[in-house]
Amino acid sequence: MSDTKVKKMLFILSKATLENVYAAFVMANGARMEGIESEIFFTFFGLEAIQKKKLEHLHVATVGNPAMHMPTMLGGLPGVEALASKMMKKEMDKLDMPPVGEFLEILSDSGCKLWACKLAVDMFHLEEKDLIDDLDGILTIGDFYSRADQDGTQLLFI
Amino acid sequence: MDKTIAQATVSVDQEGYLTDFSQWNKEIGTEIAKEQGIEMTDKHWEVIDYIHDKFKKEEPLSIRGIKKSGVLNIKEFYALFPGGPLKKATMIAGIPKPKSCI
Repeated sequence: MSDTKVKKMLFILSKATLENVYAAFVMANGARMEGIESEIFFTFFGLEAIQKKKLEHLHVATVGNPAMHMPTMLGGLPGVEALASKMMKKEMDKLDMPPVGEFLEILSDSGCKLWACKLAVDMFHLEEKDLIDDLDGILTIGDFYSRADQDGTQLLFI
Repeated sequence: MDKTIAQATVSVDQEGYLTDFSQWNKEIGTEIAKEQGIEMTDKHWEVIDYIHDKFKKEEPLSIRGIKKSGVLNIKEFYALFPGGPLKKATMIAGIPKPKSCI
């Protein structure tokens, strides 16, 4: 148990762009490293990050992202998003940031709980076999709130 | 600031990390571990040896590095040093707290 006032961090990941997925992963892992409990609830597009077939093919958004400093028309050309994603992954590798699949393994081994949102799983017609083996289960939002029902818990929507 | 650990006077920072590694010895490590609620075993020392090795080579420590170390896996690491494994292990090892976010 940590000495901090924050005892537990619950993340809701609703997006599948690389920058959002990594933000959630780095913060969830960082919490565990500080002795804080952490859990991630994957919902809507966030589910892509825990689908076996998709998780290693996530992209950074090049359209509608002013921080890319790229004209929107250019960002929309075929291959540009893939190229930008490749470059970003290369930079992350230099910092010893693990790829998505390995990061999920690290999180699970570190005691971070990984949950899929039931509503989104149903909506995208997914089955448990489509999702990573390290998944801790499929929850309703009510189940997830009950996991937040203790002092020192913070919820974060990404 | 100075602190007396295992009958030796060492200088530590505000969080309790040794600021001069040359002052470290196994008795001091054992004492710091006790303060953190950890009773050192051979396996713990194996991890400390690995950390010292990385420190001497000036290679950064990370949780991914632990996974690749071949010394122990991440689950064991969390079990040996509960509540912030890298933070606690580096404190026991007498080296600065790691600055990495991963």
